[in-house]
Amino acid sequence: MHKEKVYPGYFLILPVVLYIVFFLLPCLMGIGYSLTDWNVRSFQGVNFVGLDNYIEIFTSNRNYAQGIINTLKFTVISNIIKITSALFLAVMLQKEIKGRNLYRSVLYIPSVLPFMIIGLIFKSILNYNTGLLNRTLDFLHLGFLKQQWLSDLDVVWKAIYGVDAWRGIGYVMTIFLAGLNTIPVSYYEAAEIDGANFFQKLRYVTLPMLTGAITINLVFGITYGLKVFDIVYVLTNGGPGHATEVLTTYSYTLFANGKYGMATALNTILFVITALIGIGVVRYMSKMEVQQ
Amino acid sequence: MKKTVINILKQFVCIVLCLIVVVPFYMVLVNSFKTKNEAARMNLSLPKEWLFSNYLVVIKEGNLLQGFANSFLYAFVSAAAGVIICAMAAFVINRRKTKRNRRIYYFILCGFFFPVNFVTLLRIYNFIGIANTRLGMIIAFISGMIPFCIFTISNFVSSIPVEIDEAAVIDGASPLILFFRIIMPLMMPVLITTFLLQFMGVWSDFMTPLYLSANSKMWPMNLAVYNFFGKMNSYWQYVFADIILTCLPVIILYFIGQKYIISGLTSGSVKM
Repeated sequence: MHKEKVYPGYFLILPVVLYIVFFLLPCLMGIGYSLTDWNVRSFQGVNFVGLDNYIEIFTSNRNYAQGIINTLKFTVISNIIKITSALFLAVMLQKEIKGRNLYRSVLYIPSVLPFMIIGLIFKSILNYNTGLLNRTLDFLHLGFLKQQWLSDLDVVWKAIYGVDAWRGIGYVMTIFLAGLNTIPVSYYEAAEIDGANFFQKLRYVTLPMLTGAITINLVFGITYGLKVFDIVYVLTNGGPGHATEVLTTYSYTLFANGKYGMATALNTILFVITALIGIGVVRYMSKMEVQQ
Repeated sequence: MKKTVINILKQFVCIVLCLIVVVPFYMVLVNSFKTKNEAARMNLSLPKEWLFSNYLVVIKEGNLLQGFANSFLYAFVSAAAGVIICAMAAFVINRRKTKRNRRIYYFILCGFFFPVNFVTLLRIYNFIGIANTRLGMIIAFISGMIPFCIFTISNFVSSIPVEIDEAAVIDGASPLILFFRIIMPLMMPVLITTFLLQFMGVWSDFMTPLYLSANSKMWPMNLAVYNFFGKMNSYWQYVFADIILTCLPVIILYFIGQKYIISGLTSGSVKM
């Protein structure tokens, strides 16, 4: 059998060309354009300005640098919240308990909804005067917990983490459940014979066997966190002030104001961060494959 | 004794968590039928009078039919085209594991991590004359889904025995016939999974249309709802009705295709 004839190279052309021209090329062009003064008024072409855009990002009083820090902070904290709580949920739902399948389906639903919709729903729920959350707290006589969820600097990030977890936990949990299903029951039986308690079983059986699921959740979670846009844009639009701006919201604002050079500079910073992580992960995967 | 206590505790935690998921939807649903003043209070009581007309107002004022048609077009065409071209590529990459094909595979996989640079993408679109067109939108969606599709589908190809290809070739099948007549039917489970995930992904995508559609005629439902909210943010009953109509298609799709969706998500976690 001639492999070249049966599996022809032209099957690859469309995806490879689309991927290069409409996905990779814009990223690479972004690096070039981030060194120019490209804006809505550059009809005559753009001028090379060197690292000016980057200097402005890190030194100007608009605080773009804080946007970068916020992006990284969001990535770390939102993942810790989702992964730890989803892991406990998965361990709980794995064992035989009544209604398990129903619980799993219900908890997964938020993950299929558009973020924009979830943002709007929570804009109403987190409303100070009429929102469901503060009213429930009143009803439970917990009025002292009431907050200006989306406009108080001290709680606005907590609100964003909460909404993000509301949407994401079901997804993370589903992946953990699949991983848990691959662990043979005999491992737990052996551990029980040796007198292991719940936490020892978790530490010495469950976690080591879940490496694959944890890896995939981390990879998905980190790429999602670094690229986060919808939820922040709809819930707070970077506010109050610029307290919750992330890289993508800053970049969109600059784009909308016609400052294309600055917008691509911010995109390029995000590109470099994700590329470093991405290439690392892909290298690791290709090594694993060779070992198999 | 200890076991029953733990079980009751578990049930309690599960029910509370499910309520946290369900109550917001319930609130949105009941309030979508209320009058303006009633809906502004956003409580959980049933409406005094059920105003089904809210939905008609939303469909007309919010330009929802156009939005629905756009969303459906984008989601269906991009997911279908993306899945088919990626299935062809994944098939060849996985069957002919040359050094070059391995490189292409990992090269594409890297794209899973990168953010799309819409600003420069628009520049390319202007250059080739597809800025502000539905075609441009669809191309952007397809290009963005290629890494994920290739990864998921190519994992599945290994499970189809090579002997099938050999038998078909001996019978004189050309590559196109081999792929479309014989291999593609065998790939159906993974193709359906990938299609559903990508369909829902495009349906939910907010950033792509935000950057790529200056013309409101091109807006998908998502964007139509967001702009409707901007205009009508004191008319919560309309906003809620709008939200219900936008969620409904993906929720229905989720319940129909649940088996496929979950299996697709979980296949990766066992592999890695």
